[in-house]
Amino acid sequence: MNEKNSSLLIYTLIYFGFLYIPVLFLPIFSFNDANYMSFPLAGFTTDHYEEMWSKRNLHKALWASVKVGVVASVVSTAIALLAAKAFVRYKFRGQNVSYGAIMMPFLIPEIILAVSILIIWINLGFPLGLVPVTIGHILFCTPFAMLILIARIEGFDFSLEEASRDLGENAWGTFYRVSLPLYLPGIIAALLLSFIISFDEFILAFFLSGSDATLPMYMWNQMRFVKKLPHVLALGAVIIVFTTFIVLLAFWLRNVGQGKEKQDIAIKL
Amino acid sequence: MFQAWRNIYSKSDNAKAYSLLSPALFLIILVMLIPMALMLSFSSFTQVSMMEIDFTPTIQRYIDFFEKSLLVSLLIKSVKISFIVTLITLLTAYPVCYYIAFYVKKNKMLWLVLLTLPFWTSYLLRVFSWKIILGTKGVFNSTLLGAGIISEPLTFLMYSEEAVIITLTHAWAAFALLPLYVSLEKIDFSYIEAARDLGLSKFEVFWKVTFPLSLPGVIGAILIIFIPTVGDYVTPALIGGTEGRMLSNMIQAYFGKINNIPLGAASATIMLTTVILITVIVSYTTKRLTQRLS
Repeated sequence: MNEKNSSLLIYTLIYFGFLYIPVLFLPIFSFNDANYMSFPLAGFTTDHYEEMWSKRNLHKALWASVKVGVVASVVSTAIALLAAKAFVRYKFRGQNVSYGAIMMPFLIPEIILAVSILIIWINLGFPLGLVPVTIGHILFCTPFAMLILIARIEGFDFSLEEASRDLGENAWGTFYRVSLPLYLPGIIAALLLSFIISFDEFILAFFLSGSDATLPMYMWNQMRFVKKLPHVLALGAVIIVFTTFIVLLAFWLRNVGQGKEKQDIAIKL
Repeated sequence: MFQAWRNIYSKSDNAKAYSLLSPALFLIILVMLIPMALMLSFSSFTQVSMMEIDFTPTIQRYIDFFEKSLLVSLLIKSVKISFIVTLITLLTAYPVCYYIAFYVKKNKMLWLVLLTLPFWTSYLLRVFSWKIILGTKGVFNSTLLGAGIISEPLTFLMYSEEAVIITLTHAWAAFALLPLYVSLEKIDFSYIEAARDLGLSKFEVFWKVTFPLSLPGVIGAILIIFIPTVGDYVTPALIGGTEGRMLSNMIQAYFGKINNIPLGAASATIMLTTVILITVIVSYTTKRLTQRLS
């Protein structure tokens, strides 16, 4: 279609405004010299950012989130890589059922996943904390990581792996020297995006973390107190900038070394 | 012997595929299916006291659920809110995807990255930003007060069903945009040109060709928004107040301060059943609809 449609363009731009403007209020008010988030702005300050340095609980929560995120993203990416390879490489009985089952955590209301894990965990007599949160995050991140990896290894030339095996390399050698370098951008993209999902995840942490708050739990606890809101805003602004950076990096990595056409396919996932 | 076994193994794609899938399937079984089965069995127990649960099977918790008018009304309200959110999100997102799929020529990729970007930023923060906008001393009220349009802050903005609907529409937008875009982008443009050459008006081309061909994306978007929003907890808790409360908030209370785990499990099971029923209905009706349209 070569014609233009300016009314649709205007609508699209308004929609983009609707998507982005609400989120921009967080960074705007994080520099505002007042406890209330209202216009007119009261003046510029970086106090709320400096306040973050002195919050011991915040540092503890940040460290908890990083630990959970690293473990959850590494484990879920490893599981997802094997599964993605099975779906791309083989045609097998029960393919659709298996695919549906692995995608389920992505579709089911998260609160249901959270309460079921909570019930089994407390009945096994285990204490709440970061361990059940990490397990829940692995479950939740795996379908995402798998989607990203399937998009990346679709169209991968598996004869390269066969050639390596024929030339006498064993399974590990083939994986390490042939497959891994080719999958690597996809793997890193999956790691980064699963880390972000885990880092921002709230519901599972809310039910399962007990007294070991993750960063979203910390923010949730502070949101109840008006006086503590400004430094939550500053923290939120930092998190938004950080996530945006990681996500853009992951998008870029996912497309490295792929042709234009492949890029268009990759972005759809 | 070992060699022979290996040969069969390497020939069978089924075995190879399932050995690759086994960690993922183990994860699903151990962390999702077994816990969900346990949740189901807990819904047949009775909470006797704070710490004590009677394990005699009963359907009393389900009767309790339907006898408590609050729970039933919250279930209905959750479904209603999700339905409205899904409808609004679809109607508002469709034109955007249509524009990008058919009119944008250069840098389509950039447009798409920009559309998906907000989805990756923290859900909690996206919801919280609406609290800043709609709050009593929030952006909306302070601007209107400052401009002299109102003299008292509008209190109905926050803690209402409408506030929950607006916030959810914003928070779940990306989930509609992606499937819609993918299905529109796939449409072979020669169909549309053929329809035009046959003398159909723009409106007819859309209803008879473009829209039916984009139905898979519409269904995808409906399911991917409707199912999770029925169980949303954060938005009603932060934005909803008592007016905008949803079933999840009660489920949380049963597992928390009310401490009636069996009733909480029964409520969660009923929520899951509702969601599955709706999925079946949506898939069935759209299948019928596609058959009739084509």
